[in-house]
Amino acid sequence: MRYSERELLSLSPLLNALFFAVLKKRLVKLVVNFLFYFRTDEAEPIGALLLEHCKITREEENVFSISFIEEPDRKYFFECDTEEQCQEWIEALRRASYEFMRRSLIFYRNEIQKMTGKDPLEQYGISEEARFQLGTRKL
Amino acid sequence: MKLNERSVVHYATCDSPTDHAGFLHKRVERHHHHHHHHHTTSYHRRWFILKGNLLFYFEDRESRDPLGLVVLEGCTVELCEAAEEFAFAIRFDDAGAKAYVLVADCQAAMEGWVKALSRASFDYMRLVVRELEKQLEDARKSLAACHKSPRKSSSGRKRHLSNPATALVQEQPPILENGYSTWGSAGSGGGALATGLSLAGQESPVSPETACFSKLHNWYGQEIAEIRREWLESQRSGEL
Repeated sequence: MRYSERELLSLSPLLNALFFAVLKKRLVKLVVNFLFYFRTDEAEPIGALLLEHCKITREEENVFSISFIEEPDRKYFFECDTEEQCQEWIEALRRASYEFMRRSLIFYRNEIQKMTGKDPLEQYGISEEARFQLGTRKL
Repeated sequence: MKLNERSVVHYATCDSPTDHAGFLHKRVERHHHHHHHHHTTSYHRRWFILKGNLLFYFEDRESRDPLGLVVLEGCTVELCEAAEEFAFAIRFDDAGAKAYVLVADCQAAMEGWVKALSRASFDYMRLVVRELEKQLEDARKSLAACHKSPRKSSSGRKRHLSNPATALVQEQPPILENGYSTWGSAGSGGGALATGLSLAGQESPVSPETACFSKLHNWYGQEIAEIRREWLESQRSGEL
């Protein structure tokens, strides 16, 4: 079958645009700082998104998006069944990163120290752990 | 299985806090072509960095992209009875996932790594945070109880602590979500992926399953290139 490669290439941007508009029903599971997505009824995930340095944005009704700092224009869109579900997911995803967890820990540690004068991590023997210190540490 | 590779690589190589770093020798997993023949264990020296619950390894300290990634959930870190001194292993609850045998340069380095890796999981961090949340609430309650006694206090903190329950809910770390304080306004240009979403009828969206992670361990294409490379080397050395 003969075809003109140039014609085919000029068609390709149009095809991509159609592709972007397709909504696929997926089962999405948040496990620690990863968002796994599955085809419904399959046990193995198709893929995963690491949720560090990402931004969760409320889009239109029932819709939110995830984008990453190094590519802020590339968005992963998610449409929920209800507004409540959408809000629930946004809140869960915003708290999902390890970095957020770390910052929460440092915050609580400081608050407790201010109020009680004691470092709450001392009793666990982890007060010197690098990961619980304020500020960045690069080795 | 797909992964947001560019974001993962960016996270691995950017300036965010590194919890531990150093050279380790990583035991090479032999491709199954070799199982008929006598194995000699060999190791590759790699540069490892630990960020949160993610252990990345690079060919060299100056390498731009990581060779591989180990997600430290559902695993135990233990000293192992290998021929090598200062060896330890990362083993997973998921029986199908391969273990990682790593060798440090000295006792102190080994101990440092075992300690850092043992506390690296997200679950562990979450446990500590929940414990501190409780402690903070208890501290506030007891402070509020003190202030209810007929002592006059002009401290501003009294007002702040009068409703410990609600105060706890509002009192979130004053930092933007998922940890980037500077974020330009993103254009709302065309989305790359549009996905419908359905919750699997669980109580909360978070479930502590870890079986998915072994898939991520074998993810990087370079891992396959590494296996292929050593196979070629063994061919040349006449091992086959």
